[in-house]
Amino acid sequence: MDALDLARWQFGITTVYHFLFVPLTIGLGIFVAGLQTAWHRTGKAHYLRLTRFFGKLFLINFAMGVVTGIVQEFQFGMNWSEYSTFVGDVFGAPLALEALLAFFLESTFLGLWIFGWERLPKRVHLACIWAAALGSNLSAYFILAANAWMKHPVGYEVTGGRARMTDLWAVLTNSTALAQVPHVVAASFVVAGGFVIAVCGYRILRERRSGGADPMWRASLRGALVMTALAGALVAGTGDMSGQLLHEQQPMKLAAAEGLRHDEKGAAYSLVPGVEVPKGLSLLAAHDPDAVVQGADDIQRRFAQKFGPGDYIPNLPVVYWSFRVMIVFGLSTVALSLAGLWALRRRRPVPRWLARAGLAALPLPLLAVIAGWLLSEIGRQPWVVQGELLTAAAVSPGVSLRDVAISLTIFTVLYGVLAVAEVRLLARHVKAGPDPVVPVPDPRRPDGPETAPLTPTLMY
Amino acid sequence: MELTTFWFLVIAFLWTGYFVLEGFDFGVGALLPLVGRSDAERGQALTTIGPVWDGNEVWLITAVGAMFAAFPAWYSGLLSGYYLPLVLVLTGLIVRGVALEWRGKVRPGERALCDAGIVAGSVVAACTWGGVFGHLLYGSARAAVLGGALSLAVAALHGGVFLSLKTTGPLRARARRLALAAAVAVLPLAAVALPALASLAAGGAGAAGARTGGPGTAGVGTGGAGWTAHPVVWVAAVAAVAALAAAVALVWRRREGWAFAATAGAIVLVTGTVFASLREVPLPGLTLAEAASGPYTLGMLTWIGLVALPFVLGYQAWTYWVFRRRVTA
Ligand code: HDD
Ligand code: HEM
Ligand code: HEM
Repeated sequence: MDALDLARWQFGITTVYHFLFVPLTIGLGIFVAGLQTAWHRTGKAHYLRLTRFFGKLFLINFAMGVVTGIVQEFQFGMNWSEYSTFVGDVFGAPLALEALLAFFLESTFLGLWIFGWERLPKRVHLACIWAAALGSNLSAYFILAANAWMKHPVGYEVTGGRARMTDLWAVLTNSTALAQVPHVVAASFVVAGGFVIAVCGYRILRERRSGGADPMWRASLRGALVMTALAGALVAGTGDMSGQLLHEQQPMKLAAAEGLRHDEKGAAYSLVPGVEVPKGLSLLAAHDPDAVVQGADDIQRRFAQKFGPGDYIPNLPVVYWSFRVMIVFGLSTVALSLAGLWALRRRRPVPRWLARAGLAALPLPLLAVIAGWLLSEIGRQPWVVQGELLTAAAVSPGVSLRDVAISLTIFTVLYGVLAVAEVRLLARHVKAGPDPVVPVPDPRRPDGPETAPLTPTLMY
Repeated sequence: MELTTFWFLVIAFLWTGYFVLEGFDFGVGALLPLVGRSDAERGQALTTIGPVWDGNEVWLITAVGAMFAAFPAWYSGLLSGYYLPLVLVLTGLIVRGVALEWRGKVRPGERALCDAGIVAGSVVAACTWGGVFGHLLYGSARAAVLGGALSLAVAALHGGVFLSLKTTGPLRARARRLALAAAVAVLPLAAVALPALASLAAGGAGAAGARTGGPGTAGVGTGGAGWTAHPVVWVAAVAAVAALAAAVALVWRRREGWAFAATAGAIVLVTGTVFASLREVPLPGLTLAEAASGPYTLGMLTWIGLVALPFVLGYQAWTYWVFRRRVTA
């Protein structure tokens, strides 16, 4: 065990943890904005109740996304200083743009939304939640473009031992990013859709036990089912694009994901070890049943020739199983949403099985996106920048094992405690349900007294 | 102007904005138990920073992101060089951020825990930032302690003034008294720290340290050259002390708006002096030119930044305008 191993664990833990909250922010923000828009359009009070109810859950989650995100930004410099010095010219630019163009938008307009209910004209207040939600989605674009560059570096040259950007546009429109951004953002909408489905399912089951369920749960359940189904189609389509790009750009990851050891013409797709679909992999990877797909051992030989001796094969079982967990867990959520839409057609009531099965829509897509990241990141090891920089060479030389051990311990303990607190807080608010009476805020501009009253609804 | 100089100034601007803005919300956090006697009062105090604290923190994120993009070696050297202190800063920011956002959403009995988190997180973060910059300039533990104490005291003063500007009733009166109490610590600390800083910036102690490459002694490398010997830094340091003294007098005379302008001005002057002394050697053994990204990257960032920054500043200013009124109980 050395500082490198711990730094890797720390990066993996903090990043996966950050990504537990991110998809919910990305998708739920838009969902809440949609609910508030529905309230504006129809004037129906239950849309306002739903906006505030899901808005509160959104904010509990948002706090965690923000504070864990700051750690991410610092971590590149703290633990991976060689990496940061080598790539900063290219990789730093999207991060700086993310902060300037997305995070300011998100944080400022969210503040206006939370505290602006009684201070802003109704339309302006609605625009605030849309601006904040837009900011979240924009931030995903920049960070994913940066991440895609590590998998498929473009628009740069290496001079004087450092990568130098030569074409920002190429970095921002990297083919890998254009597949990955919609894939991850759509997957985030699946996660958020699944979250809403589960919450509605729970409320329906609970309220039926004590009389009848409020019809608004059926309405929001339907909205979430539509969102999940649409996003699911996009996830599958862009996942297919990513698979083809792997074939061209990251053959080792593809070989690992399929457990393919040797180059093969007309390679079979492995469902689980031992069960194969003939020619399936070639079809998937190249849309050609007779295409040659490279295998891990043969790529290893070619890499050793090209880059010198070394082990270029990632952790095969982890990559193989992550790929399957991602697809199966993710697509079963999407299948559930299609079944749910069918069951709710033409004003049918929510069947009991749907409310119950809906509960699974919370963990399944979350596990799927985590598995997706494991596939994506572990699958590209030992490279941190494909073909340019090895992870082992990226670590901070001056940071000792002791320092990393201290920080890893602090973050792990703190994150563990906060995770328990967050889950309990969310569960408590879901159990309690929406506030019974919501004072409809006065949309007129306040031009009255010198001072503002406290509004306890969403704030401190 | 050369692009590297320009980006150094941008980064100095972002850090300065960060310390001015987050300075007062750190201060409000640190003073929380003293200024708010009841749960409702503490809620009232926090509502003054509620709509803006996250936006204020993004100044830090942008400053660090801009360092990463424009001066990668500075970014990575600073962050890996101050590893454990930054773990402390991050821990403070995490605890504080979550406690602020969750305070209104937990059971009343659990609020005390959130309040404790807000206080602890604000104090730790404010202190550690001062310590990091103190150590960066002088490379001594004493400078780190002095820097930490000064930044916490200034944050408390700045936050106290902000609270008295943004609240009414007993809270306003108490915030004023707390600001005056903070001044008792601020003035002597500033009188010790700032002249030392000025002599460093003007090419004294730091230059020697940087030439020998001693640990933690960044600063101007070539004592005496260019605007090194410029009296401007002395003027800035003296002006910073004067601004702090003026702030205290203005609080005393209940001119809260002007007092806030004075504390903000003092923070601008101090941060400006710190960056003036980092302008050639931002880290021991590293010159700004060596640390910089290529002209292509800097040029692209310049164009995007010039287009975006007015909007960003505009809507943030608008937020402060929307929430300009005092918060009542
Ligand atoms: C709900 C979540 C979800 C679902 C249902 C899927 N994915 Fe996915 N996938 C992700 C969530 C995800 C992710 C977490 O968002 C990843 C991790 C990193 C990334 O780029 O997106 C990802 C990465 C990822 C990668 C790696 C990209 C790279 O490293 O460059 C491939 C090849 C696929 N996916 C392919 C698919 C296919 C063929 C799917 C089924 C039709 C699929 N994904 C469904
Ligand atoms: C958007 C950016 C990135 C995201 C979302 C991301 C996400 C992840 C995830 C989910 C893991 C798996 C966790 C684990 O291995 O336990 C991981 C692993 C890892 N990441 Fe990344 N990563 C990103 C960029 C980076 C960068 C910039 C570096 C650093 C130089 C990096 C270095 C690593 C390392 C060393 C591992 C461990 C791999 C292994 O154990 O084999 N990643 N990352
Ligand atoms: C490893 C690289 C990453 C870094 C350096 C990073 C940085 C940050 C920072 C600094 C914040 C806090 C912003 C604030 O205070 O408002 C944040 C939050 C956020 N990040 Fe990350 N992030 C990373 C990975 C990701 C990924 C992979 C995504 C999305 C696909 C993402 C999406 C978001 C979003 C939407 C937020 C808003 C707050 C929230 O999530 O609840 N980030 N991130």
